[in-house]
Amino acid sequence: MRASGLATFTLGGVHPPGRKESASGLAIEPMPPVSRYLVSLVQHCGAPAAPLVKKGDAVTEGQRIGSVDKGLGAHVHSPVSGKVAGLARTLHPVLGPVPAVAIERDPEAGPAIWTPRDWEHLPPAEILAAIREAGVVGMGGAGFPTHVKLSPPPELTVDTLILNGAECESYLAADHRLMLERAPGVVQGARVLLAVLGVPRCRIGVENNKKDAVEALRQAVSDAGEGARISVEPLVVKYPQGSEKQLIEALTGRRVPAGGLPAHVGCVVQNVGTAFAAYEAVALGRPCFERVLTVAGQGVARPANLLCKVGVCLSDIAEHLGGITEEAVKCVLGGPMMGFAVPGLEATVGKTTSGVLFLDAWESPDADFGPCIRCGRCLEACPMGLAPNEMSIYAERRKYEGTQRFGLWECFECGSCAFVCPAKRPLVQFIRASKARLRCGCKL
Amino acid sequence: MSPRLWKVGVAPHVRDNATVAGIMWTVFAVLLPQLFLSAYVFGPRVLALAGVGVGTSMLAEAAMQRLLGKPVSLSDGSAALTGLLLVYVLPPGVSLVLPFWGAIFAICIGKQLFGGLGFNFFNPALIARAFLAVGFPVAMTTTWIMPELPAFLAGPDAVASATPLALLKHSGLAAYLAQYGGPHGLWASFLGFKPGSVGETSPLLLGLGGLYLLWRRIISWHIPVAMIASTALLAWVFGPEGLFTGQPLVHVLSGGLILGAFFMATDYVTSPSQPLAKLVFGAGCGALTMLIRLKGGYPEGVCYAILLMNCVSPVLEDWVRPRRFAPPLKKD
Repeated sequence: MRASGLATFTLGGVHPPGRKESASGLAIEPMPPVSRYLVSLVQHCGAPAAPLVKKGDAVTEGQRIGSVDKGLGAHVHSPVSGKVAGLARTLHPVLGPVPAVAIERDPEAGPAIWTPRDWEHLPPAEILAAIREAGVVGMGGAGFPTHVKLSPPPELTVDTLILNGAECESYLAADHRLMLERAPGVVQGARVLLAVLGVPRCRIGVENNKKDAVEALRQAVSDAGEGARISVEPLVVKYPQGSEKQLIEALTGRRVPAGGLPAHVGCVVQNVGTAFAAYEAVALGRPCFERVLTVAGQGVARPANLLCKVGVCLSDIAEHLGGITEEAVKCVLGGPMMGFAVPGLEATVGKTTSGVLFLDAWESPDADFGPCIRCGRCLEACPMGLAPNEMSIYAERRKYEGTQRFGLWECFECGSCAFVCPAKRPLVQFIRASKARLRCGCKL
Repeated sequence: MSPRLWKVGVAPHVRDNATVAGIMWTVFAVLLPQLFLSAYVFGPRVLALAGVGVGTSMLAEAAMQRLLGKPVSLSDGSAALTGLLLVYVLPPGVSLVLPFWGAIFAICIGKQLFGGLGFNFFNPALIARAFLAVGFPVAMTTTWIMPELPAFLAGPDAVASATPLALLKHSGLAAYLAQYGGPHGLWASFLGFKPGSVGETSPLLLGLGGLYLLWRRIISWHIPVAMIASTALLAWVFGPEGLFTGQPLVHVLSGGLILGAFFMATDYVTSPSQPLAKLVFGAGCGALTMLIRLKGGYPEGVCYAILLMNCVSPVLEDWVRPRRFAPPLKKD
């Protein structure tokens, strides 16, 4: 594969089954409106947004309903016009129940009207403010507030903006379809982000299983007359190509130091979906309350790429797509390598929901795990050069401190080790448990 | 839509197809051609030896796991493989008692008392062979069977039923060449028509099996290549008639070197996992093999060489850790 001359990262990496055929050829379709939206106030890393509305309030589409004024976070906006049914809770895949705003949609309300902005002549600070105002977060899954990521520490010099179109997770095709069908918007998003950062260069990395998206983006770049600043670069298909550090290395050869930021090697990385959201926020004046997500897996009657508003319940999506099969055993938000299995379909779509996977027992098999046989496959798979096998053995014996010398804190839980483990050891679980115990001082 | 109980669990939600059982049984299967050749060359009694070795190993594993309150895991194939490998390092003429006691020692003491699969220091089959060499010294060194050579390999008349290495050590090069010299001798040695342990006689079949394991990426090339290369190099340098007069091919094709290099030294549990450490480990196995063959009291040294390097394996593993993605951020 290296013979192809395509760029990739150096250490480790795995090739999970792609399983993208079911959704990659499907055009983005809008999810029809539903009667009730449950909009989480935690759709980003950081503090929950504080609700700005109360039961009975009328809200309009795009109105800010949750606000983060201090610290890390992003504003939350109403996805529809209607009435606030109350403050409630929704299921966060990691944090459990989190505060949310329930909104009854008003079927009579007309379409929202946005005010486009002539952003090209705005100072960077005002563009940044518009992105912050629109509540844009990292759409790749982490949900890091975009305005924060666009404000690297002033003592660091950034020279490259990287757009992440790798989409290395199996099943997912949302970014693929976005790049293919909304290529001009993605490129305009890149221009917006370049203007904010004031850097000369943007590189868009796309795994080479999306050749049509590469072509579409290249066409859009040339149509925008940005060939000198923006390049589209196909990458080797290898997981986790879309991880921030791995993508930076693939494109620039630079390695972000352990405990460092991309800005330490002169880079800022944004997902292509985030760039598109930034374009909508800045150029169209439209806040971030909608995204493209892939619904796939053998457990759903009809796979689709949905343009879906936040706050839509998973059961509404399942119903819209013809229901889920009896064989579906697991519902995963995100991709199968790093996504989160939810315990019920009352969970709702958020800004970071790149996929909703309904998996059957064949796709997501259960296996009892055995002892480590020291085969070393996890060492070969780890993109960070860590020793997941050793960490798991320490964690299994509840010697959590011992995991740290094998790089516990450098692990970003990509799951490559657990994917290849022939003993089916839940290596990510051992690592996550070790981190949790150590953060709590091992008192749990 | 009926409510259902959704499975939750930590990612990844997809897994590779490889399993421990798949790996172990593949290695087991790859070893079988040599067993069938040995049954043809030495007679069907080697099948009985294998049956006792594998059967006792599995029974001992189940009994020990029961006794220690662990789940019984015979289907993972690791006990069966240990039993087969144990028989492979026994002379073909030994009594059935030897594989029986050997298997019990390998599993109960060599493996389970250290913590079972993944925690044993020594290759269980080889530590059991060492145990049998002490417990049954006569049987372990004299019960060789001289095969009848097929017509196309017939060379000088066979006179002694000693292994080629024993002949070389105790009777000298002339005696060795009288029986095993010439192209016929080398071919017989390569194909597997020579006295030797049950499973070590055919470098051809073992080598093909090893190549298959390499192709399937069940083992990596580092240990076998380093072990065979260091053996060949030392055999050539320290020849019987002075420096650089040795016959590397004789030492590579004789004894348990090929079996050891592909199937024993590569045991995951008792060898290091990083490429550099594997090269050192393999080279150490080869060097100790030649040290024992040339200077030791035994004609053959592969077993003890690997056992000695097993002791060093944790040190090598700790010495060579994976290269990290990037050094920590410098605070300045």
